[in-house]
Amino acid sequence: MLEIRNASCGYGAKTVVKDISFSLAPGELLCLLGPNGVGKTTLFKTILGSLKLQAGTILLHGEDVSKWSRRRFARKVGYVPQAHTPPFPFRVIDVVTMGRTAHIGVFSSPSAHDVAIAEQALQNLGISYLRESIYTEISGGERQLVLIARALAQQPDILIMDEPTSNLDFGNQIKVLDHVREVAKKDRISVILTTHYPNHALMYASNTVLLGRNNKVTIGPPEEVITEKYLKDAYQVEAQLHGIENRRGRKVTLCVPVVYA
Amino acid sequence: MELKKQVKGTMTIKLLMVSFLFLALFLLSFSIGRFPISPDMAAAILLSKILNIPNHWNPDMETIIFQIRLPRILAAALVGSALSVSGAAYQGMFRNPMVSPDILGVTAGASFGAALGMLFSFSGIMIQVSAFVFGLAAVGATCLIGALFAKRGEPGLVMILGGIIIGTLFTSFVSIIKYVADPYNTLPAITFWLMGGLATINIHDIYAISAPILAGMAVLFALRWNLNVLAFGDEEARALGVRTGITRFAIIICATLITAAAVSISGIIALVGLIVPHLARLFVGPDYRYLIPVSIVLGATFLLAVDDLARFLLAVEIPLGIATSIIGAPFFLYLLFNTRKGWI
Repeated sequence: MLEIRNASCGYGAKTVVKDISFSLAPGELLCLLGPNGVGKTTLFKTILGSLKLQAGTILLHGEDVSKWSRRRFARKVGYVPQAHTPPFPFRVIDVVTMGRTAHIGVFSSPSAHDVAIAEQALQNLGISYLRESIYTEISGGERQLVLIARALAQQPDILIMDEPTSNLDFGNQIKVLDHVREVAKKDRISVILTTHYPNHALMYASNTVLLGRNNKVTIGPPEEVITEKYLKDAYQVEAQLHGIENRRGRKVTLCVPVVYA
Repeated sequence: MELKKQVKGTMTIKLLMVSFLFLALFLLSFSIGRFPISPDMAAAILLSKILNIPNHWNPDMETIIFQIRLPRILAAALVGSALSVSGAAYQGMFRNPMVSPDILGVTAGASFGAALGMLFSFSGIMIQVSAFVFGLAAVGATCLIGALFAKRGEPGLVMILGGIIIGTLFTSFVSIIKYVADPYNTLPAITFWLMGGLATINIHDIYAISAPILAGMAVLFALRWNLNVLAFGDEEARALGVRTGITRFAIIICATLITAAAVSISGIIALVGLIVPHLARLFVGPDYRYLIPVSIVLGATFLLAVDDLARFLLAVEIPLGIATSIIGAPFFLYLLFNTRKGWI
């Protein structure tokens, strides 16, 4: 569905990510992992079209997206930024309805139909109770869910999420990721998300792109590519991988930093 | 569904409320002034243009109503709504509640244009044209700075900094003109213009400025949903499908046309463009679908009220720009301290 071919991206003449290729199938959850400063955000901005590709192509449904209009792109790709506080106290339902912007005329405002789609998105994430709340007054976890709802209201094929779990407490991290995986599975939406936690990739991702230092890119299923050596190289931390079986019988590999006494 | 209808209904009622307030003040304003005309008499004179009402007033009254008070009242309403709506649009677009319509230098440019016109003894109309043109020119210069340095930082911030620089530059040009101007005639005229006021308005001024102001307002209203989305920042707005560059440009053009037209007949009227959008947001929330119309009506009401006070409060008329500041500042502080958090 989404295909990145030999893409190089960066700012101005500086190349941050070099010659990266991967693709994304419907319903797939791809985790983008890497230490600070290796170009996760740069790659994201390039996929979103905020930064120009320095080389390569990005194909969506087999078409080169560089010629697509903003509106057309926004109907296929939803972007979930990190939860933030805008300067004005919009209602949650209005924020979510903003996801409909690409589907309505430039000079018009959303119809009842658009609001209904926004309401459905809230309901899918189990946060209908936030409908009338003020976006600036709800908690960080709720805000992140609202932003996901907004992206779902775009009715996209692909969701791009920038560190959806940063700034969230332990419970909210898991809740958000559970919702994301469910959305991917149920609605066959492909998801790319960045995270700082290798365990999130190990627990949720179906595929992983590891960005290492010096433009090193590794792609593959998380339990294959997230190795002790990678963690050491990328984060300069000694970590050990443990295979466990949780009480529901699911086998997962988790990484645990080796802590000295 | 019920809830949604309820919200929409509440907003409509609120808009009707401010409209009614404006209408009441509009009619009342015809009786305010040195020459006493009772409200019912004023209403009768006004209606006599449309209806056939037996003439029971003296012709002076009719002259005062139509030649003096009507243009002034219309001017106050137009200028007030103009400054408020552009302030509201800019605050959202720059994502900054401290922004006012003169942020890109339009007022400073217009002041320079007017001062220049007075220095060269232009006619009244030409002074207005000069103010209007230089107002646009100043914003043009700011946009140029914005375009040149856009790559170096966040576009909104670059524009604001550019506006501060251009504004300072034009303000110093005004000082140069004041410095060389004839201190007996030109200098007082310039100083008086800079204080802002509507004392010399005639009906032709109204005709001249209504076109750009109403057209600009119509476009801003059409862009109301995009303004909502822009409040979340350029990157998100783009990801949601807004063509941010051209939308931003359209908003700047409209707000500049509106403000330059208003300032060209009124001079500098401080605070209105900052306070009224806040007042409107306090009343109907940040949603531009309601904020734009309410800012327009509330802005007209606010400036009309202040102008009425400026006309009759003291034996001498207070320049309007001074009155808006003196009345507006404490009023704004009161609002800041007495309302729930997060309303900005």
